[in-house]
Amino acid sequence: MKVTAIEGDQDDILIPPVATVEARGVTSRIRLDIVDRMPRVGDYVIVHAGFAIHTLAPEDARKSMALLQEMAGQTNDNQPR
Amino acid sequence: MTDFAKGMAQGLLSKIKDASSGKPMCFMEVCGTHTMSIFRSGIRKLLPREIRLVSGPGCPVCVTPVGEIDQMIELSLLPGVITATFGDMLRVPGSTYNLSEARARGAEIKVVYSPADALEIAENNPDKEVVFLGIGFETTAPSVAATILQAHRNKLKNFMVFPSHKLMPPALDVLLSDPEIDMDGLICPGHVSTIIGARAFEPVAEKFQMPCVVTGFEPLDILQGICMLAQQVSRGENMVENAYRRAVSWDGNRRARKIIETVFKPADARWRGLGTIAGSGLEIRKKFRQLDARRHFGTREKTVPEPKGCQCAQIIKGMALPSSCPMFSSACTPLTPVGPCMVSSEGTCAAYYKYGES
Amino acid sequence: MKASRVLIDHGSGGLATKELIEKIFLKRLSNRYLSRLEDSAVLDGKSSGRIALTTDSYVVDPIFFPGGDIGSLSVHGTINDLAMQGARPVALTLGLILEEGLLMEELEQVATSIASASLDAGVPVVTADTKVVPCGKADKIFINTSGIGMVPEGISLGADRARPGDMVLVSGFIGDHGAAIMTSRANLSFSSGINSDSAPLHRLVERLLDRCPGNGLRLFRDPTRGGLATVLNEIAQASRVRIAIEEEAIPVRAEVISICELLGLDPLYLANEGKLVTVAARECADQALEAMKETEEGKHAAIIGEIMEVKKASGPRVTIKTSIGGTRIVSMLAGEPLPRIC
Repeated sequence: MKVTAIEGDQDDILIPPVATVEARGVTSRIRLDIVDRMPRVGDYVIVHAGFAIHTLAPEDARKSMALLQEMAGQTNDNQPR
Repeated sequence: MTDFAKGMAQGLLSKIKDASSGKPMCFMEVCGTHTMSIFRSGIRKLLPREIRLVSGPGCPVCVTPVGEIDQMIELSLLPGVITATFGDMLRVPGSTYNLSEARARGAEIKVVYSPADALEIAENNPDKEVVFLGIGFETTAPSVAATILQAHRNKLKNFMVFPSHKLMPPALDVLLSDPEIDMDGLICPGHVSTIIGARAFEPVAEKFQMPCVVTGFEPLDILQGICMLAQQVSRGENMVENAYRRAVSWDGNRRARKIIETVFKPADARWRGLGTIAGSGLEIRKKFRQLDARRHFGTREKTVPEPKGCQCAQIIKGMALPSSCPMFSSACTPLTPVGPCMVSSEGTCAAYYKYGES
Repeated sequence: MKASRVLIDHGSGGLATKELIEKIFLKRLSNRYLSRLEDSAVLDGKSSGRIALTTDSYVVDPIFFPGGDIGSLSVHGTINDLAMQGARPVALTLGLILEEGLLMEELEQVATSIASASLDAGVPVVTADTKVVPCGKADKIFINTSGIGMVPEGISLGADRARPGDMVLVSGFIGDHGAAIMTSRANLSFSSGINSDSAPLHRLVERLLDRCPGNGLRLFRDPTRGGLATVLNEIAQASRVRIAIEEEAIPVRAEVISICELLGLDPLYLANEGKLVTVAARECADQALEAMKETEEGKHAAIIGEIMEVKKASGPRVTIKTSIGGTRIVSMLAGEPLPRIC
């Protein structure tokens, strides 16, 4: 899901940090206490049970897709061989 | 998008066929979401006949012993207690009934999406005791730990967790050590791996000479994972490969693991079907004992025998198919489940029943 | 109304009841039948013919949700039950059970909603009843509506009429109502733009029957509780056929897919309150599709599959072709869809 806003600080003891995330029109507020890298607005996060468990840079998503396409024997212009 | 996905699938299927070239291979997945995705997408029928997919103990609800479920139900019926739980638990049968039936008998039970929601319920109901049922593997444990930390910091007096988390690697070790198990490769769980890292499967790959591939939940991800496993088998390799880089790193999420360690410590735990496995569960550390529902209510788990004739234990190990259970689809159906494999939406029997596999 | 909450007195039949009926209901729902406040409504009868009669109770929680409320739902749902049999709805009854303590403001909102839905649909509420039960004996408000309608000559619909070769159509996006309800329940902290699709379907059915005369249209069903999957299974069983649908052909909003992914739900099992499923003979399937697409409520209609011969070994069933070309069975819903986390 994409991060659209962030409140709070991972090191703030009393108020846990929260992100507003969005995916295909659905928004949710999720906790950032346990995420590996604090996301910035615009980053994508993997969410589980109301908490972000991983922040990815858009680059990761792109690389993953490229690998999948390569495996499937697709050429760069998405035509099957 | 349709033709694109179908085209990709065809490409991957033909590579799988090339790699297996008629040689029988058996791959196990140990993640409830993988189980569901495999069934929903109808992958099995598309794979070459020689490739067999088996569902292992990937459903945390399914591996919770009946005695523990009875404890949870007992707690839920106590006056003044609100039980907050993930939806998964509601219909799991205890020895007499399930949480849904307990609710019909007056238990106050609220289904939540996040342990943080359970905390909010506690804050909004200061005159009640809120018990959150802590079920799940390493994907869920850190968020429960973070919630316990928050409750502790905020000095919340009426919030507790009933800890029933399980850890995947020790279970894999026991499972694969069973001489009856015959597996050629492991489809590693998706989001458990986000937390523990792909490297957590190295001991398994080495000890059991087992190819391991971490993969995502989309049907194409799963096909890719199977393809990589088939290729490793054909080349005689046994490495850990990560095909889910967008969510999983080699090292995993250290911060999350640290938070687990702060709140929990490993303990022995009983797994339905696998028996007691050392260090495979989590218990709440003494520092947070006020938030430990087990300690607070002093409940003790009674060892309850499996329902007579129930094959869940064998099915969880991937050693029997639902169809081999005499009760499958007759006495044991999603409406009248005997064992958790049928009632949990990720359970193997439920998947077979719902998606019509035989 | 002086009282800000519904009290037991309001159900006693005396002055308090009279005030409730006049100030909340008659003010909004008046028509020549209801306003007489007789024990029964006597409707002007026209021709003899087949009478369709249906009843339904509404206990939805929460009572207000994006896109509607228990009031509009109770009007639409019962009109649709009549429409599914090809009946032209004539009138509705309205029975309310109110919980002592219900906010008068909320009751007014529901009454306004009922009136508005009834007016838009052109189907009057001709007789009504209210009862009040003590606090805790009902969940705010329960509604029962019954509907009466006339079925025109020559209309013969039934779930057992699907034949191999027929096509299966839906009138629009699937899962909206169920998803809207899920997201508006407390304890599930999401928000989305998803609105319930609650709407009356009698005009759509009339247009379809008009465009495909004869027995070209075999049946109508609205996939409410249990969703599309349940309705298709009911049809397969009743007609003793196999139904093959395509995942990619089923219209589902992106937001609904998103919510389903997050909560581990399946759109095929979510309730719909403003959609219909129809089975059409192959030769009029395209006309039926066109007829629906010309309307507001049917503009996203689609052909989603076809009826096939049943295979002796497996019996009547519903199968779906997935996005990657696999096939699996679509079974009936076992129980209430629950969010799945682990």
